[in-house]
Amino acid sequence: MKELTYVRATSAAEAVEAVTDDPRAQYLGGGTNLTDHLKLGITTPEVLVDVSRLPLDTVEDTGTGLRIGAAVRNSDLAAHPVVRSDFPALSRALLAGASGQIRNQATTAGNLLQRTRCVYFQDPTTPCNKREPGSGCSAIEGYGRYNAVLGASEACVAVHPSDMAVAMSALDAQVVVLGAEGERRIPLEDLHRLPGHHPERDTTLAHGELITAVELSRSGAARTSTYEKARDRASYAFALVSVAAALELDGDRVADVRIAWGGAAHKPWRARTAEDLLRDGPLDEQRVRDAAAEELRAAATGPDSDYKVAMLTGITARALVRLSEATS
Amino acid sequence: MPTLRLTVDGVARKVEIDSRTSLLDALRERLEVTAPKKGCDHGQCGSCTVLLDGRRSLSCLALAVAHEGADVVTASGLGSMDEPHPVQQAFLDHDGYQCGYCTPGQVCSVVGMLEEAAQGHPSHVTSDLDPEALIDLSNDEIRERMSGNLCRCGAYAGILDAVRQVHAEAGNGTGGAR
Amino acid sequence: MIARPIETRAVGAHHDRVDGPLKVTGHARYAVEHGPDEGVSEHLTAWLVGAPVAKGRVLRVDATQALATAGVVSVVDHESARRLDDTGEQGDGELAILQDDRIHYRGQIVAIVLAESAEAAREGARLVHVQVEAGDHVADLDSEEAELYAPEEVNAGHETDWSDGDVDAARAGATVVVEGDYSIPYEHNNPLEPHAATAHWDGEVLTMWDSTQAVHAVASTLAPMLGLEVEQVRVRAPYVGGGFGSKGLPHSPEVAAALAAMAVPGRWVRLAVTRQQMFAMTGYRSQSRSRIRLAAEPDGRLLAIEHDAVAPSAAVKEFVEQTATISRMMYAAPARRTTHRAAALDINVSSWMRAPGEMPGTFATEVAMDELAVACDVDPIDLRLRNEPATDPETGNPWNDRRLVECLEQGAERFGWSGRSPEPRTTTDGDWLVGTGVAAATYPTLWMPGNGARIESRTGGRYAVGIGAVDIGTGARTVLQQIAADALDVPVSAIDLAIGDTSLPAATVAGGSSGTGSWGTAIVQTAQQFRADHGPEPAPGLHTQTTTESYPDMAGHALHSFGAVFAEVRVDRWTGEVRVSRLHGTYSVGRIVNPMTARSQLLGGLLMGLSAALHEEGVRDPRFGHVVTQDLATYHVAAHADVPPDLDARWLEESDTLSTPFGGRGIGEIAIVGTAAAIANAAWHATGVRVRDLPVTADAFL
Repeated sequence: MKELTYVRATSAAEAVEAVTDDPRAQYLGGGTNLTDHLKLGITTPEVLVDVSRLPLDTVEDTGTGLRIGAAVRNSDLAAHPVVRSDFPALSRALLAGASGQIRNQATTAGNLLQRTRCVYFQDPTTPCNKREPGSGCSAIEGYGRYNAVLGASEACVAVHPSDMAVAMSALDAQVVVLGAEGERRIPLEDLHRLPGHHPERDTTLAHGELITAVELSRSGAARTSTYEKARDRASYAFALVSVAAALELDGDRVADVRIAWGGAAHKPWRARTAEDLLRDGPLDEQRVRDAAAEELRAAATGPDSDYKVAMLTGITARALVRLSEATS
Repeated sequence: MPTLRLTVDGVARKVEIDSRTSLLDALRERLEVTAPKKGCDHGQCGSCTVLLDGRRSLSCLALAVAHEGADVVTASGLGSMDEPHPVQQAFLDHDGYQCGYCTPGQVCSVVGMLEEAAQGHPSHVTSDLDPEALIDLSNDEIRERMSGNLCRCGAYAGILDAVRQVHAEAGNGTGGAR
Repeated sequence: MIARPIETRAVGAHHDRVDGPLKVTGHARYAVEHGPDEGVSEHLTAWLVGAPVAKGRVLRVDATQALATAGVVSVVDHESARRLDDTGEQGDGELAILQDDRIHYRGQIVAIVLAESAEAAREGARLVHVQVEAGDHVADLDSEEAELYAPEEVNAGHETDWSDGDVDAARAGATVVVEGDYSIPYEHNNPLEPHAATAHWDGEVLTMWDSTQAVHAVASTLAPMLGLEVEQVRVRAPYVGGGFGSKGLPHSPEVAAALAAMAVPGRWVRLAVTRQQMFAMTGYRSQSRSRIRLAAEPDGRLLAIEHDAVAPSAAVKEFVEQTATISRMMYAAPARRTTHRAAALDINVSSWMRAPGEMPGTFATEVAMDELAVACDVDPIDLRLRNEPATDPETGNPWNDRRLVECLEQGAERFGWSGRSPEPRTTTDGDWLVGTGVAAATYPTLWMPGNGARIESRTGGRYAVGIGAVDIGTGARTVLQQIAADALDVPVSAIDLAIGDTSLPAATVAGGSSGTGSWGTAIVQTAQQFRADHGPEPAPGLHTQTTTESYPDMAGHALHSFGAVFAEVRVDRWTGEVRVSRLHGTYSVGRIVNPMTARSQLLGGLLMGLSAALHEEGVRDPRFGHVVTQDLATYHVAAHADVPPDLDARWLEESDTLSTPFGGRGIGEIAIVGTAAAIANAAWHATGVRVRDLPVTADAFL
């Protein structure tokens, strides 16, 4: 039997060194996703490097924004007064995710790095390119209600399940990463990948790179931001689709708008085409619907997932119309 | 095998575990503490909820080895048959259970939830995120905050009434662990 | 002696659940929670390994790696498992596991790993390599290879096909004909406690704690299979974490627990099915389709009802729900025709789930009635009143006391039905489209003979009452004490009740809404015999035991319960999301034994109906043959936030001593019946979109 060795890291640098040097090692944060995967046999690490007790569990106000430690619990982040006042989309997104218990356990970095809940990925008895590269994608011709409609590939149609990451995408968050070569910053938008030929890789991080923080910048749009989520069950359910939206109006004119979609793609989908169409013009339901429709022209849907086009359009319109009503 | 030290329901315990052992299995299989239940083992039902270092948590998604030194309170530690915790008494008063399997997790979840609300934590249905605003624990708020605990018998109406009672008894303050 | 009606005092009054304190403090012991203080020490954990294909043969169970895993003790496969003696008359393919190399469905048990810890057992199971020769399987009702056939009978012994009157002529002469196809997906019981057992074999006696709705049925099923006398199998189920039908009949994991224990004599074995495995191994409600044709006069009076039900059934063991039988008795159409057809597929075995037959059938018929009301421009309640039969249309017998009309009228009054616009999509509340709907419900009175009870006098005027009944959360442990107290004419506090053990007199299943009535009758009959034997003030230690054969007043009557369900549904105009804001049920179910536990059970049934209406969908992937929404994250059941802000269950004050000596009928199932239809009807009223396929989800309204 493969032994599973547990190591509690005492510093970020030590943790990075331990994982970088060992391809069989993985980080352990809150454990809410990894424990699931260990039991299902989705992942079989031989070394766990526990980073949950590193001193990365604070939210720091930098004046221009926030620096959120990687180990901050989702519930604490959602309740943080500055997040609530200056980045409400983030608070809303966190509160729309999982359950009270899981939010108490899950960390910021762990939330970003959680893996898809595609039923075939979760079921080791079926082919899945993300779980077992080259084995095939069962979802394309299979159960597709949660499948991606944007940016998918012939290898994978999974969606990223995080609510929080969608809000961070709309808030132009920067991810601080520590690697063997030192620290670097990645726009959150570039953290997650589209599946292409390598759906087994969720992110652009190299093995051993450790997320230490997420940075947010204050802005007028961020202050007027929200997150809306559509789901079959009223709570404790992954998104069918979701939207994070931020809006700054100058009179009747859109001065700044940011839109990110969840449940749409292998990564939080920043709807830049829609943003461009809305910027500098008036904001009303029809204009938002038209802009969303334009963004969704590239959508590729199946019989189970074609509803997502109308749902993304509708939820985006609802979010932005409500924001505009709240600001005017 | 690693040895884990825990305080479980107020008692210091030592247990030998595997690195893969969940906190839930450490409690149920190795310490015979069976108040936390295994309903799904994957964080999808809430039956295994305990208070882990004071916060409601899913013991099935916690690797035991990562919680050396932790304080764990289960439903059995909150109250006894003769002297139930106010939340447990409220469940009895309002028939907030049927088969009883999700119940210890529900009870722990209520205790943790009331503490979160007392600390001003908002929820998905909180309309005003203003940090200064007090949390009005409406029925909608209770339903949303308790949605991480599934009850297939559908005893939710009794659970809601139980939470209302405890919240009222506590003068809308905390109904936390004693 | 045969039971006579009793005077009720405790029956009908509030009584606290006697097991409440144990449950809320976490001290109630479920099937795999029995430990050293009950003699269970040094137990092994059993982990089940499922077949990786839907059809074919096991070539080899390669346990080399598994057995090399630290802590793994043994791997039992079809070559090493104990041979079963007898698997029933035709051979019960569901239960005859590990007897040969045939694979009948994906997920079928092909090996059992026994290990010193749960972690080792799980790891061992992952490392068991099952080499198979895959065959061509058919797992899709729509497949060309899925051939429909008429089963010899359907569940509960109902006739497959049944008709009365000339349906074709009635339809030809009708002014209004409403026709539609209605469907229910695979639904899974998903009690919160997974199926589980703790088992021990000492060479003479197989001892089990089992999560079951029927301890005696488990013993009497397992014993002959294992070549044992029934006395050699002791089964206990003191606490059971829900069942909803899935623990009503023994399933393969119980056989696995027995085989595992017999493979390691003298050692205790704990076996808990995983949530994912439950979707393959523990029964479920089959997908079903109903074609309904209603022919009516312009005023809505029915001339003919046609109900043709189709469902898949496991090739290895037939189970066909009585989906169309509802249409034989519900309404006063002079002509009715009902059929059931099944297709034998290479899928896992379906079984009972709360109100098998009535639940799916009523979804179809009560939505169709709503469509007929629209077609005739008649209020849906009036439509039902116009089709009220004076006697049972199926048997011609008089009703015990059919009070559907009162349920509808009282329910309508309380709900505020009058003044409702017949037009859909006429009410909004902010972003929500709002609508209301109604449906009728019914459930037959099932009464099971063969229930035994034993009553013994104790000191201090106390009585020990024993019966092998099981409390799966219904409150049986509480209400049987109430019934016993009244039957013996003593206070409830004088009763010491023992249940859930095969060492007690045999009892039938906690299912079919038959438990309280059937067990309660046995207790009443025994109490009356006890008094006849020993008088009103017996010395301690005297006892009487009887077994029921019949309850005579039932003969010659059509015994049913009825109800009316009202729903208010909201559909978000932007996203199509559906929520239920109001849900009321009004029931005629005989005398309520305990208003607190009864209300809980009825509310729970309504919520399970809501859950079926909006959430539950087992998606079987025909390429693989198994249900891929196999956990509680992807198979949604209603969460707390789904509970309607206005949720209510009420009942008519009544007593039905034709059905039981204490006047009550069962209440376990009726509240799930009709609920999904009321919600779907309300969704139509909110939006104008008629959804005929459950679940009703947002995409229908976009």
